[in-house]
Amino acid sequence: MSRQPADQQEILRLTDLAVHFPVRRGIWQRKMGIVKAVDGVNLTVKRGETLGLVGESGCGKTTIGRTVIRLYKPTSGSVWFEGKDISTLNERELRPVRRRMSLIFQDPSGSLDPRKSAGNIVGAPLRIHHLVKGRKEYSERVEQLFRLVGLDPSMIDRVPHEFSGGQRQRIGIARALACDPSLIICDEPVSALDVSMQAQIMNLLSDLQEGLGGLAYIFIAHDLSVVRHVSDRVAVMYLGRIVELTESAQLYVAPKHPYTQALLAAVPIPDPFVEEAREHAILEGEIPSPLNPPTGCTFHPRCPYCTAACKTQVPELREVADGHYVSCLLA
Amino acid sequence: MSEATTGTMSGAAAPAAAPASRTPILEVRDLRVQFKTPLGTVNAVDGVSYELYEDEIVAVVGESGCGKSATQLAVMQLLQSPPGRIAGGEVVFEGQDLLKFKKNGPEMRKVRGGQIAMIFQEPINSLNPVLTIGDQLVEAYELHCGLKGQTDKQVAIDLLKMVGIPAAEKRVNDYPHQFSGGMCQRVMIAMGLSCSPRILIADEPTTALDVTTQAQMLELMKNLVREMHASLVIVTHNLGVVARYVERIYVMYAGRVVESGSTKDIFGNPRHPYTLGLLKSVPRLDEVQGSRLIPIEGMPPNLIDMPGTCAFLPRCPYAVEQCRTEPWPELTCVGEGHCARCYVNVEERRS
Ligand SMILES: Nc1ncnc2c1ncn2[C@@H]1O[C@H](COP(=O)(O)OP(=O)(O)OP(=O)(O)O)[C@@H](O)[C@H]1O
Ligand SMILES: Nc1ncnc2c1ncn2[C@@H]1O[C@H](COP(=O)(O)OP(=O)(O)OP(=O)(O)O)[C@@H](O)[C@H]1O
Ligand SMILES: [Mg+2]
Ligand SMILES: [Mg+2]
Repeated sequence: MSRQPADQQEILRLTDLAVHFPVRRGIWQRKMGIVKAVDGVNLTVKRGETLGLVGESGCGKTTIGRTVIRLYKPTSGSVWFEGKDISTLNERELRPVRRRMSLIFQDPSGSLDPRKSAGNIVGAPLRIHHLVKGRKEYSERVEQLFRLVGLDPSMIDRVPHEFSGGQRQRIGIARALACDPSLIICDEPVSALDVSMQAQIMNLLSDLQEGLGGLAYIFIAHDLSVVRHVSDRVAVMYLGRIVELTESAQLYVAPKHPYTQALLAAVPIPDPFVEEAREHAILEGEIPSPLNPPTGCTFHPRCPYCTAACKTQVPELREVADGHYVSCLLA
Repeated sequence: MSEATTGTMSGAAAPAAAPASRTPILEVRDLRVQFKTPLGTVNAVDGVSYELYEDEIVAVVGESGCGKSATQLAVMQLLQSPPGRIAGGEVVFEGQDLLKFKKNGPEMRKVRGGQIAMIFQEPINSLNPVLTIGDQLVEAYELHCGLKGQTDKQVAIDLLKMVGIPAAEKRVNDYPHQFSGGMCQRVMIAMGLSCSPRILIADEPTTALDVTTQAQMLELMKNLVREMHASLVIVTHNLGVVARYVERIYVMYAGRVVESGSTKDIFGNPRHPYTLGLLKSVPRLDEVQGSRLIPIEGMPPNLIDMPGTCAFLPRCPYAVEQCRTEPWPELTCVGEGHCARCYVNVEERRS
């Protein structure tokens, strides 16, 4: 899918993206090996689309997000953003690019400077990128951002700890919106919140997308029901690779990869009448060490359908139905 | 043993709504917990009553800060004090009021761990980083069973096997940092169940874990308590977990139980607007694409200055005049084993 020419609608394209980290141990910091946190990922995100990324802890979701925004440099492969390869740009060249994308973090309080006022935090990107002229325009824009995310502008002078968890996440979102980005990477934005806060923030994100035509999200979470709810398409990751990519609507009704099927089965549905009828096949074992990944299909040691070929042959991500990609020899 | 196990695991013998004829194993009556803070006294638990029957799995659900943990910590007399204080109530376990026992007296120590055990969130923080897993299991076992220095390492190995840790003979000498989060949680479960307690309380046992590990842990706990004929109290925000694993539910709001009943009654026929609000705010895997979540507007109240009226009133879409003028109603039966604390019949109003 990475071979097609970039079309107008496409905002982000990752081609054969790999991000490897050296692992060092001991006082001499000897190199013990490498973790292939992301290993050959191809993805596209369209303008105005939400792409979900799911998978167990350590599968490389955050690493993809941070590489897209170029906090990490790809080991190989490239990141195309708005038609431009940004994978080799230096910090200065990245500045205008960083205006066009931003990041929302999981921990709303950890990502906000506790000594700065909420207004100051939200306005920071406006100052850094010189997006407003003069004081008046600045405060008008900050107030507008506050209203956009459902915060009362009278709270501009408060510091983060004077807000609730959900409100702090709104501050993070307002800051992310400040420079009018076309792509926001949401890394577990609701995982630390209560169910009703979670619903408020998810609704806010989708309202913003509707209101600000063309805003795209990469939405990272390990809760499959949350990801499915907000995403147009979902990519399921396992040990640094995408094992399945499809429309959200297809994901629950027609999952093809055994790992996707296992993830879905592990998520309980909040309805005892449905749960009663569901089969609870529990995925055994744990994610293997990324330092020493299994041969062949990396999922094979946990896979209930594993064949001899699976132990040696690395499956490729293939299109098995329209827009539905799976990397499984048996699919 | 195996015969009895099959009997309960089939689910047929498990009670849906507890019948009146059975006597509860634990009865909490009008429990009150307060925290003294510089801003005033927080009424974290404000007259909570509930029962737990033998061999059942029960959940306590509600938003963050509604008093779920404080309730369970009070039952175990594990509240940190100051600032915490049990301000009233009874906790009757096997006919005795545990609150009459001294917090660190011999009776309470025997109950804690031996008969009622508790597992906390964040397993890695609950284990001692400088002791081997085996030593800690032996220590927990001796503490809970009231033994001293005569326990063989084999006990620890058997416990690790019980919770499904492979190569237990080798792993027993490992330190906590050599275990994954899921394995640490298994060790915590092994410690909790080491003396075959009558009750296991699991406070947010799985929120920090992956969905797959979470499912493994819950299956494990469910199967083990069933085998031991123990009761399990799951404290959680996760309504999916509740729907899959528990038989009865207590819904808490602002330090009180606002609704209780069988899982099917609570989900199928919720009678408190707060319960309904919780149910409508969670996304479901099987929902129609594009459906919208309906969050509960606003935030839970400050537990320092509570109004005499219903604490959910400011957020309630179903409120009537009576709610504004009269005090918060008592928990009233609305069906068999199904109680709610509300003047409005939500079921009727919804249709
Ligand atoms: N800066 C780093 N240096 C070395 N290794 C790293 C670094 N960042 C991530 N890793 C490793 O890369 C792998 C992928 O990590 P990543 O944080 O992307 O996972 P994730 O899918 O976001 O997991 P989680 O759900 O726990 O947030 C892990 O094995 C992790 O230990
Ligand atoms: N040590 C403390 N000092 C002061 N207030 C406290 C203390 N511990 C708890 N509280 C307050 O008591 C109330 C109940 O707290 P509790 O921990 O029982 O909530 P919870 O329902 O378990 O929430 P969560 O889902 O976040 O674990 C909260 O309002 C909390 O702020
Ligand atoms: Mg991450
Ligand atoms: Mg708690």
